[in-house]
Amino acid sequence: MSLFSPALLVGIPLVSAAVLLLLGKRSNAWGHFLGTTASIASFGVAVAAVMHLVSQPVGSREINQTVWNWFTVGNFSVDVTLSIDALSGVFILLITGVGSLIHIYSIGYMSHDENRRKFFAYLNLFIAAMLLLVLANNFLLLYVGWEGVGLASFLLIGFWQHKNSASTAANKAFILNRVGDFGLAAAVMLMFVTFGSVSFPTVFAHVGSAPGHTTTWIALALLLAACGKSAQFPLQSWLLDAMEGPTPVSALIHAATMVTAGVYLVARSNAIFDLTQTGRTAVMIVGTITLLMGAVIGIAKDDIKKALAGSTMSQIGYMMLAVGLGPVGYVWAIFHLLTHGFFKANMFLGAGSVMHGMNDDVNMRHYGALRKSMAITFGTFLIGYLAIIGVPPFAGFFSKDEIIKAAFEQSVWAGAAALLGAGITAYYMSRVMFMTFFGKARWQSGVHPHESPAVMTIPLIVLALLSAVAGYGLLHVINLEEWLTPLLHPTTGELPFNEALLLPGTLAVVAVGVVLAWFAYGSTHEIPVQAPRGNAFIRAARADLGGDAFNQEVVIGPGERLTATLVAVDEKVLDASVMGIADTFTGLGGRFRSLQTGFTRSYALVMVVGVIIVGAVAFLVRLS
Amino acid sequence: MSPAHYLALSALLLCLGAAGVLIRRNAIVMFMSVELMLNAANLALVTASRMHGTLDGQVFAFFAMVVAAAEVVVGLAIIVQIFRSRRTASIDDASLLKY
Repeated sequence: MSLFSPALLVGIPLVSAAVLLLLGKRSNAWGHFLGTTASIASFGVAVAAVMHLVSQPVGSREINQTVWNWFTVGNFSVDVTLSIDALSGVFILLITGVGSLIHIYSIGYMSHDENRRKFFAYLNLFIAAMLLLVLANNFLLLYVGWEGVGLASFLLIGFWQHKNSASTAANKAFILNRVGDFGLAAAVMLMFVTFGSVSFPTVFAHVGSAPGHTTTWIALALLLAACGKSAQFPLQSWLLDAMEGPTPVSALIHAATMVTAGVYLVARSNAIFDLTQTGRTAVMIVGTITLLMGAVIGIAKDDIKKALAGSTMSQIGYMMLAVGLGPVGYVWAIFHLLTHGFFKANMFLGAGSVMHGMNDDVNMRHYGALRKSMAITFGTFLIGYLAIIGVPPFAGFFSKDEIIKAAFEQSVWAGAAALLGAGITAYYMSRVMFMTFFGKARWQSGVHPHESPAVMTIPLIVLALLSAVAGYGLLHVINLEEWLTPLLHPTTGELPFNEALLLPGTLAVVAVGVVLAWFAYGSTHEIPVQAPRGNAFIRAARADLGGDAFNQEVVIGPGERLTATLVAVDEKVLDASVMGIADTFTGLGGRFRSLQTGFTRSYALVMVVGVIIVGAVAFLVRLS
Repeated sequence: MSPAHYLALSALLLCLGAAGVLIRRNAIVMFMSVELMLNAANLALVTASRMHGTLDGQVFAFFAMVVAAAEVVVGLAIIVQIFRSRRTASIDDASLLKY
């Protein structure tokens, strides 16, 4: 087994999680060190593996490892095969790299939690499941990782299970993910029926010969799966509630793992999506709706984590839009996924650092003027902020600009939506920025903001550096486009207008967003500690644009009515008929039992009468 | 004497026995009435045997006597037990087994 074995990559965090969970309290003292070490070791393996890929010629940049034969049924055989190629290579670096930084940060953030060891076990499980998801070489193994991610997210979102809201949020995330999992299961079954195999090479090689409608159905089922995991419309509502978990979990779910799985799935299945215009259009529409929804929700939230969650929804929407564009977009979706992984992890951890200094208060109306008391957090958050709104030369500028460009090449409407989204992003992120770090202090009594310890600020600084340079670095130094070309086959399209207009236009839209936010929340403006009622639009956005109401009306309400009907049928029809028969016989028995007088002579009289009747009948029958 | 007379006597005895069982309360007397009914039946069986010229009815009468003897043993034992515990032989006082 070589150093860069994919099995080692998955195995290290998995074994670490198993050790921490099996040893239980005995590993409390060193559990967080083991967990962090496992994640860093996995990162080391990932780096070694990708370096090995880089050293290979372009055509053979792939490491395949068949760990064992999972099962064989007749002609159908599934191996546990892990493979690292150009696409999963960038994912494993993101997952283990950002994941390790989040592990380090969590040592400080969770230091007062008595279950810190368990937390690290779950983090490791999360990393292992996500690695399995991206390394799998067939859809069935991917499904295992997919479910593992769902399980780990359930455990982590509900980590503070003593809070009712946390356990409810965990259940909600799990159940909505199950809806998506149904899509993946359906896709896997369709592939098995159509191709007789679920392995990537076979499916992608034969997808061209499948009937068109089958391909479309597979694509739509995959889209449903992606919607669940990546919190896309209409399965988006779990993401905002998932903020109930500890903040590093939010960073992990939103940046390195989980929500990126859907984008990965679509990008990985590009051979399928390339063949179905319907499937691609559906992905594009879902992405566009989600990117605008998330951005609008981000405007209205006063909870810093929920504002960032809305932003994640929106950014993942960008990625879905990009993968929906087809070959012109895949690379930029992955590019944006990477830069987003850096700046969103940076900002979530920054938000955690702010909460750490503010006694776990998440309401931005209680913040203000924190830039002086939390200089490092402010600095790193500022870089993340500049990156997400797309100010050059920070990371988001490059990736978002490419997506907007690709969207305009494909459809003016998608491009306009993406451009509008960029403006709204600038507005709500500026709002978060101004409310938290600028203006007057609106701190609650007894709150003394202070900078977080070094174990938390160092990951922030690393992520801030990445947020600053990753855009330029990935695009021009590492040349991500060329790196992914053998797998994603990028093409370029024609812009409907002069390309020179795009960059100034995008920057102008972003500037408008920032300026509007400055007038609404800037330093001269007094921000009320109590949230104003707001107009109908703001109130709708606060209610997640009816995400929960939609679920309530469309799924939960009819479901409850159906069960109520079935219960009524059971009680009024089935039970009633059975009970009615029983009641009839009970009543009859009650009447007849009074015949049992206990007097022997009356019994004898009955017998005599009976004998006389029988005799009479026999006599009369004989006569006739 | 024709067999009809025997059958009439048998029917008379049976009715007397049945009336005794229904009317009397003393368990011993009721018991004797039951014996009377059994013997009425035996008489009818023997008469029938004579009429048909076969031995079936007589054999059957013997069986009935044997069973009746066995029944007397059990029945009298029960009556004696009831008398011991309740100091009465009236059948109407042994009426606990009811609704």
